Amino acid sequence: MTAVTTATTGTAPVAAEESHRVRPRRRLSPGRRLPAARLAGPLVFLAAWAIASAAGQLDPNAIPAPWTVLDTAVRLWTAGTLRTDILTSVERAGYGFAIGLTAGVLLALASGLTRTGEALIDGTVQINRAIPTLGLIPLFILWLGIGETFKIAIIAIVVYIPIYLNTHAALAAIDSRYVELAEVLGLSRLQFIRQIVIPGALPGFFVGLRLGVTGSWLGLVVLEQINATSGLGYMMFQAQNYGRSDIILVGLLIYGVFGLVSDTVVRVIERRVLSWRRTLSS
Amino acid sequence: MAPHTEQLTRPAVRLRGLTRSFGDRTVLDGIDLDVPAGQFTALLGHSGSGKSTLLRAVAGLDHGVAGSGQLTAPERVSVVFQDSRLLPWRRVLDNVVLGLDGKDAYDRGRAALEEVGLGGRERAWPGELSGGEAQRAALARSLVREPELLLADEPFGALDALTRIKMHHLLRELWKRHRPSVLLVTHDVDEAIVLADRVLVLEKGRVGLDLTIDHEHPRGGYRSRLLAALGVTEDVA
Repeated sequence: MTAVTTATTGTAPVAAEESHRVRPRRRLSPGRRLPAARLAGPLVFLAAWAIASAAGQLDPNAIPAPWTVLDTAVRLWTAGTLRTDILTSVERAGYGFAIGLTAGVLLALASGLTRTGEALIDGTVQINRAIPTLGLIPLFILWLGIGETFKIAIIAIVVYIPIYLNTHAALAAIDSRYVELAEVLGLSRLQFIRQIVIPGALPGFFVGLRLGVTGSWLGLVVLEQINATSGLGYMMFQAQNYGRSDIILVGLLIYGVFGLVSDTVVRVIERRVLSWRRTLSS
Repeated sequence: MAPHTEQLTRPAVRLRGLTRSFGDRTVLDGIDLDVPAGQFTALLGHSGSGKSTLLRAVAGLDHGVAGSGQLTAPERVSVVFQDSRLLPWRRVLDNVVLGLDGKDAYDRGRAALEEVGLGGRERAWPGELSGGEAQRAALARSLVREPELLLADEPFGALDALTRIKMHHLLRELWKRHRPSVLLVTHDVDEAIVLADRVLVLEKGRVGLDLTIDHEHPRGGYRSRLLAALGVTEDVA
């Protein structure tokens, strides 16, 4: 074998080939990330909007200029109405989210850890999931009145479903080998839940949490447009009656900022809590 | 810890007529076995011979498996699995002391990690360890519980050959120092001879061969006898 190789390398063409430099392979991955990549798209959009407004290409009654929107926001804020509306909306979303979060986690634990819980809860939640939650609004108004309670209840339902589903799926997917380990080490039920069940279900829980956070804002938008007497949605609804598209845009902008901020907060928490996962992906 | 004389006379594991079956298939067929305290016993057998079933029965892990017979085992039993089975979301030291109470748990955990050669890696995540290191951590997790009986189910099966040799030395050293009874399930004849004082060959749910190993003896004789008992013929070139 070796003799053959030395014989061939001795000949001229092969030797010439060997002196070829290694050419780097064509790169198929997207390559290095652009600086401030996530802000670039919105900024380009904002610039296009501003330029079109300044050039008089946009009907100011339909799409007011960015500075008009900003001006309106400042005026509403100093007048105090915007502050109250934001506070009302945040309060609704917050209460609904907190209740939905608690319910989703508790139900997932009960259903994932006990056979009775599974039998009673899982099917019920699946049916609940099949009913569009916003379709429950008329019924909830009849039951709970048109006040705050029914809005918080609807948001809680919108939030608990994704949290339940994802947490429950993650619980069911916990490796049975870890259950065996817990048995061998003689862990108590409480230790088992704290050391294995909860950390093991956390990745799924966070998926549900992010969906739930987005869902709480989504539910809020709909509720405040249909049956509200205060809040951001109400503000926008009134603005529609008076043809104030700048106020509508202020409302949309605030919803967008809220959604973005809450999603980022969840993401940061997730990265902190699931830091052990980075060692696997690296 | 020096072996207690009383412990030596009383068997650590005692099986009488142990039977286990899955559906129609009888995997363990009335096994009688005494493992003296402090003995290093290896269980050899083909896959499906029932060696893992036996180990799981002794470990008390065979929920819902049909069977009968008598089984006594010590109070403190540790199990080492083929995979290290470290929780990926707990650091190495937290994995070692998992489920231990008491103020000195972490000190004992550190000492155990030191003993298996993982001193300084206490804060590492299991995902950062190599296969051999992870199995060392799993050994530390077993040791820190001061087991009277150590059950090992092909603990080195997933390791490369060089790491496996190192682990053999480590396990033998640890056994000499702590003297637990050991029941090691393996399909590796050489591993059984190097490590154990006694090798059992399981065949069709029964003990086919019970061989005491004298480590002063040449190993070749044991090897061919065990291979013959396993139905493997070797051409000696």
